Amino acid sequence: MSIKKVTSHPTQNEELIFDRSQIGRVGYRLPKLDVEETNLDEILPAELRRDDDLEGVPEVSEVDVIRHFTRMSTWNYSIDLGMYPLGSCTMKYNSRLNEKVARIAGFANLHPLAPEREAQGALELIYNLQEDLAEITGLPGVSLQPAAGAHGEMTGVMLIRAFLDKRDGEKSKERRVMLIPDSAHGTNPASAHLAGFTVKTIRSTDEGLTDMEHLKTLCGEGGIAGLMLTNPNTVGLFETNIQQICDEIHQAGGLVYMDGANMNALVGVARPGDFGVDVIHLNLHKTFSTPHGGGGPGSGPCCCTAELEPFLPTPRVVKDAENYRLDFNRPESIGRVKAFFGNFGMMVRALAYIQTHGAEGLREATEAAVLNARYVGHHLTESYDKPFESDSMHEVIFSHKKQSRKGVHTLDIAKRLIDYGFHPMTIYFPLIVEGAMLIEPTESVGRADLDAFIDAMKSIAAEAVETPELVIGAPHTTRIGRLDEATAARKPVLRWKPDMEATAKSA
Amino acid sequence: MRYIPNSPEERDEMLKVVGLNSADELFRSIPQDVRLNRQLNVTEPLAEPEVIGAMDKLAEKNTASRKTSFLGAGAYSHYSPTVVDHLIQRSEFFTSYTPYQPELTQGTLQYIFEFQTLVCQLTGMDVANASMYDGSTAMAEAFLMAQRVTRRDKVVIAETVHPEYLAVAKTYTQHGDLKIETVHFDKESGRTLADDLNKLDDKTAALVIQSPNFFGCVEDLKSLAEKAHHVGALLIVVVTEAISFGLLKSPGACDADIVVAEGQSFGVPLSYGGPYVGLFACKEKYVRNMPGRLAGIAYDQKGNRGFVLTLATREQHIRREKATSNICTNQGLIALAATIYMETMGRRGLQEVAMQNAQKAAYAARRISEIEGFSLPFSAPRFNEFVVRAPQSAEEILSKLSADKNIIGGLALSRYYDDNPNDFLVCVTELNSKEQIDNFVEGLKTVG
Repeated sequence: MSIKKVTSHPTQNEELIFDRSQIGRVGYRLPKLDVEETNLDEILPAELRRDDDLEGVPEVSEVDVIRHFTRMSTWNYSIDLGMYPLGSCTMKYNSRLNEKVARIAGFANLHPLAPEREAQGALELIYNLQEDLAEITGLPGVSLQPAAGAHGEMTGVMLIRAFLDKRDGEKSKERRVMLIPDSAHGTNPASAHLAGFTVKTIRSTDEGLTDMEHLKTLCGEGGIAGLMLTNPNTVGLFETNIQQICDEIHQAGGLVYMDGANMNALVGVARPGDFGVDVIHLNLHKTFSTPHGGGGPGSGPCCCTAELEPFLPTPRVVKDAENYRLDFNRPESIGRVKAFFGNFGMMVRALAYIQTHGAEGLREATEAAVLNARYVGHHLTESYDKPFESDSMHEVIFSHKKQSRKGVHTLDIAKRLIDYGFHPMTIYFPLIVEGAMLIEPTESVGRADLDAFIDAMKSIAAEAVETPELVIGAPHTTRIGRLDEATAARKPVLRWKPDMEATAKSA
Repeated sequence: MRYIPNSPEERDEMLKVVGLNSADELFRSIPQDVRLNRQLNVTEPLAEPEVIGAMDKLAEKNTASRKTSFLGAGAYSHYSPTVVDHLIQRSEFFTSYTPYQPELTQGTLQYIFEFQTLVCQLTGMDVANASMYDGSTAMAEAFLMAQRVTRRDKVVIAETVHPEYLAVAKTYTQHGDLKIETVHFDKESGRTLADDLNKLDDKTAALVIQSPNFFGCVEDLKSLAEKAHHVGALLIVVVTEAISFGLLKSPGACDADIVVAEGQSFGVPLSYGGPYVGLFACKEKYVRNMPGRLAGIAYDQKGNRGFVLTLATREQHIRREKATSNICTNQGLIALAATIYMETMGRRGLQEVAMQNAQKAAYAARRISEIEGFSLPFSAPRFNEFVVRAPQSAEEILSKLSADKNIIGGLALSRYYDDNPNDFLVCVTELNSKEQIDNFVEGLKTVG
């Protein structure tokens, strides 16, 4: 099979900005100072002022800046270039409309400490998005304050902690165990730790689902504060026993937190609040299409039951008759998790996403996302080991089992995919599948692109048999080959200095 | 739905290929009784002009966004060169994922490396990470880091740190064994009260100082660092106004151990409080205790230089509950905006904009102090913010000023403090013209 999607194309080399810098170059102009100047010593005594003349900070022109960043940008893969099959990351299309509305001056220029009566539009927008997310999750209490998924997780488990502390008083101390499946995201245990919980791990069954027997055993050991569960889970399967799982935890006196990373499989189809979840975080930068931005910003709203609502972060955005206001009088709140009100710009984009789709479009997106994953799963089962039989939801998992006998591993397959013009899938996650390859096409990929991806994957499977060295040495088409990460970590060079290369090479 | 490429026919064919008759069958693994058997109760789908219309209508109600403003207190109005917003909208940047695959993300990794370098240069520190959510969460993470580094369980924090930052730190640390004690400020100078520093002892992990502090007063970081180090504690310096780095002695030059800052001033719109970007820097010896991502230099087999995320063994995806932080997604694109800002302004621009802020604030402070009945309660040197004491309730004055003169004159400190209801915090930046300042002064005269 030939590689159809990519051809070679020159990209420009570009040094670090510090190498471009020339003394005397200028890239800005400010209006002239229009007030009478005060003697600087009267404003700030010399001992409080910088005396390094900002040495080392670059001096470049505006043209330098444009070329510098434009050249570097061409070294990146992006959603706009093509499919991004990263499982659990939901890399879907980022609409330009959302970018446009987030930049409306009435939003972009609004100060967070502006008087509430002069920021009614922003408060109304927050309120409306809260209402929509409550409807989508079936959980009525919503805070948009958390800045990203892990931040929403931390908020969620802190709600559980606050609820237990209030319900059980002193005895809450005996309830500090958070159950987390072995397939969970690493942020789950890290967030649980911040809320003062200790983690016990629940095993998964051979079918890729929560092991009910093990869950019961762990509940029987007592001290259960709650469960942190991703559903669909991280192998892309819906936890069919979800109601029983929630019942078990509730009977053990704990609460259920759901990691909403995989909500793209459920929007408009099923609601966590309806199957027994007490609190969930969403990722607006996944399910609701706000751009991932090369690593952020995100937004991680936290949605919860009415029972947990009093504990949500302060302030809350509420509606009184026709006016919107901030409610700071929240005596049971866990407190603030961020200055101001969260990543507002992301909220504008997410609301525009919901409005553009409407109820039917949201459901259609979910269907398309699940169908795309199912389609990929269907076509790759012969070429790759598919560890779980059941119907996948919005993502599908394979392993390198068939290829590893030939010395070709998941990392090699992922890197070879780059030569075919695709971003790799999520690899080596979750940990319960050896050599995992987790593929999530999202709804933003059409059939022709899916077919090209499937062809590429099949072709790599063939190469793994016929010319394994080609796969093991991949990628062959990128600006740089695989980097020596071990050496980089042994003697880290984390900033530019004139002599930094010598330091890095001496490592 | 125009964002979904497949036509209904293609969808039906694909369903057939996977052996299904209808889209409903895709969800067979979800028990019937937990499925939503109705449409979501959200809006009907809107067309592009309708979405824009609805959003415009909301934005219109944000009347404060159109007024002359002297609001600061952790979020600042600054000039952002046009290139900043243009460059961050290149799709290769904003629709790209976290750079876990370095061969496909050298653009992102190289700008992170430049961002880290620039943050080090401005803070005067050895190492900086790839960003935190914002200044407030960066400070909370610094508390936890100081506790790890020193194995001590008390943090002593100046009362003049941004009240919302302190609130966030309290939330983050409420279930650990970290105690937080506050140091009062001197009512004359507005600076941290030296006599109150006896709260520092051999159980103290860190002394936390904001400079310029919440009242705009520049602290004497050098002597505070000495006092912290004397008991073996770290000095954590918090900066909410990053423009001040262009003029003030860097925290690193004052021997700070950890510096956290809000980077919003570097070209990032106010956007009602976010997304912003947290800066986090420290001394090299503490690097393995840092939270967040770090980009570093690496080489491929042919010796080509590239960049890669490194020291990942600190992070949650490897260390799980033993990680230095739970952070994963950070503020990548906003860090890019800040990087473009710092490079476009450059060495001389960062100095000039800082100088203009200090000069304009000095002018405004002098003019306001000359108004009958108004005074400046604090004597310490300031950068671009200062507290004004009015002859009557600050809230009333500010609300009259907004209604009558279309000027948002600052922040009534009653939002955060019970005493001194007549005090308000004024911020003056390079965007406030002399005319605006003069109108502000005239306005205060008439409403005060």
